[in-house]
Amino acid sequence: MSKRFYKDVLREALIEEMERDSNVFLLGEDIEVYGGAFRVTEKLNEMFGSMRVMDTPISEQAQTGIAIGAAIAGKRPVLEMMYMDWIGLTLDQMVNQASLLHYVYDGQVKLPFVMRTQGGARASASAQHSKSLEAWFCHIPGIKVVSPSTPYDAKGLLKAAIRDDNPVLFIEHKLLYGTRGEVPEEEYILPIGKADIKREGSDCTVIATSAMVLEALEAAEELEKEGISIEVVDPRTLVPFDKETVKESIEKTNHAVIVHEAWKTGGFGGEIAAIIAEEMFDSLDAPVIRLGAKDCPIPYSPGLEPLTVPNKDDIIAAVKKSLQ
Amino acid sequence: MFDNDKMKLLYKRMVVTRQLEYGIREQHKAGKVRGPVHMCVGQEATGVGACACLNDDDWVTSTHRGHAHFVGKGLDLNKMVAEMMGKSTGYCGGKASHMLIASREKGMLGGCGIVCGALGIGVGYGLTFKMDGSDRVALSFLGDGASNEGMFHEALNMAALWKTNNVIFVEHNMYGLTVRADRHLSVENISDRAAAYGIPGVSIDGNDIIAVIEATEEAVARARRGEGPTLIEAKTYRVLGFSTGDKGGYQSQEEIDSWTTPEKDPIIRFAKYLQEKGICTEADIEELNAEAQNDVDKAIQFGLESPYPDSSVLMEGIFA
Ligand SMILES: Cc1ncc(C[n+]2csc(CCOP(=O)(O)OP(=O)(O)O)c2C)c(N)n1
Ligand SMILES: [Mg+2]
Repeated sequence: MSKRFYKDVLREALIEEMERDSNVFLLGEDIEVYGGAFRVTEKLNEMFGSMRVMDTPISEQAQTGIAIGAAIAGKRPVLEMMYMDWIGLTLDQMVNQASLLHYVYDGQVKLPFVMRTQGGARASASAQHSKSLEAWFCHIPGIKVVSPSTPYDAKGLLKAAIRDDNPVLFIEHKLLYGTRGEVPEEEYILPIGKADIKREGSDCTVIATSAMVLEALEAAEELEKEGISIEVVDPRTLVPFDKETVKESIEKTNHAVIVHEAWKTGGFGGEIAAIIAEEMFDSLDAPVIRLGAKDCPIPYSPGLEPLTVPNKDDIIAAVKKSLQ
Repeated sequence: MFDNDKMKLLYKRMVVTRQLEYGIREQHKAGKVRGPVHMCVGQEATGVGACACLNDDDWVTSTHRGHAHFVGKGLDLNKMVAEMMGKSTGYCGGKASHMLIASREKGMLGGCGIVCGALGIGVGYGLTFKMDGSDRVALSFLGDGASNEGMFHEALNMAALWKTNNVIFVEHNMYGLTVRADRHLSVENISDRAAAYGIPGVSIDGNDIIAVIEATEEAVARARRGEGPTLIEAKTYRVLGFSTGDKGGYQSQEEIDSWTTPEKDPIIRFAKYLQEKGICTEADIEELNAEAQNDVDKAIQFGLESPYPDSSVLMEGIFA
């Protein structure tokens, strides 16, 4: 084990999978010569050549179509979509093609295609570069949605996503690239669809996604000093969603707080809350609490942006409210 | 062309734009301006020259690299800088950032952080002006990289088909983010793409403000007559790289040097032109340079001294 950066182990996952399978190739904006806006594909062109690490013109809809076509024809493309904010430009191809062709063509085609993207606020990147839009994709049957919070999860899940025969939206976070964590030297793969308990606890379950896992862990440290023990559950993949792990946790704690960075209204937290209400109601001692971004466009000003996204203090307050 | 006073004003605006970029770069280093900031050093002639051909009630859509457009359209420098710093005195009260600056009063609507994201909107303006029987014009700035978006082709087709009151002005600065034009464009001249839509397309020297003004005046006149859009491609160069976040390594020093010579630099060239035509003396140029620097310094001071917005505005203005 050694401590390594999130961005570096994503790169390692790409290298390992490209070495293993010559059908894996990368395409996207600024990934080849520059090495990616977030440096995940740095120098991969030197290792694999420009047929397997391709800079594309700024043409997101066609990039997505080309990746889908290549996947159907036998390749395993990994398309980098630099910011999630303009993923809408790919959306028709994802919703009307990628998600459903395997099903409607009755299994005659497979779509082993990964779209890597990153979201999240708190980088002063303003309203068109700060959003978390994963719920759009969770709504569409046929697309897997993965959102790792640690380097360990990022590497293991990216490898799994590349080997998966379905379209996978792989969501990174701009503030996580520079975080470090323990990652084994030897090869490993993590299953898509399995949650992870990031910290065990007994009083309240906090289900947190992506960078909010870090806030939840900080909240847990502070709450512990006050004698409150929270269990932090990271779903890691939103689709498929690991209900079992959540259920076991809530059966133990009888309280649930959900926190994500996406807007609260229509966010995936609503789906999780509904699952808990439908399937785990008897285990609850208090109503589920959801935390998400305030329902406003994300403003640029350093005086405003920090107020939009939940933080550890919000989580602490929510846990206390739940336990009241 | 314009009278001498306006020519001097345009020169000053070019210098303001350049000094603003250097000033903002310093403020970014100091953490007062945040996020990735896209500067247009070397591209001052296009934004300032093209906007000079428009009135306040002609509307402009900009890009992520819009500072020359904002200055060219006559926006207030103090309010621009304050917005870049996220202050309540900024054009958008600090909500927008340097990329999304807008001023309805000055016909700047507006900056855009999504590549080619404002072109359709610009055609919507041009269509409205036409429907209203007005001779107002909408001018949309784009980069070379933006001409590969589906939006470019869809919007040009409709603008051409309906002969809307538009000018499409491509600032071809040789790179789309880090990708050199010969690696992202299927044609050498983006103006060639105009033929696909049956509209005039011209390629010009974007570092020559006179060429910019001549081409834009012709295109604007055509749009005002209701004869439809023109595609102008101005070849220029982005001297400072993509943004403050750029790690470099893809633009060679040799290439940068070849674009910053006195023969290429748009400001030096215009200064020379003004002197050759007897519009300015060397002393006049010095004075305009000093005035420009003074304006920029004052604007930065204004921005620094202004307050951040009150938290109460966060949830205000989501709906009209
Ligand atoms: C739809 C979309 N795709 C990608 C980006 C990321 N991006 C921002 S600017 C840029 C390059 C634009 O190139 P060009 O149009 O030539 O403008 P320049 O930066 O050279 O002025 C890219 C790829 C974006 N903001 N929006
Ligand atoms: Mg460009």
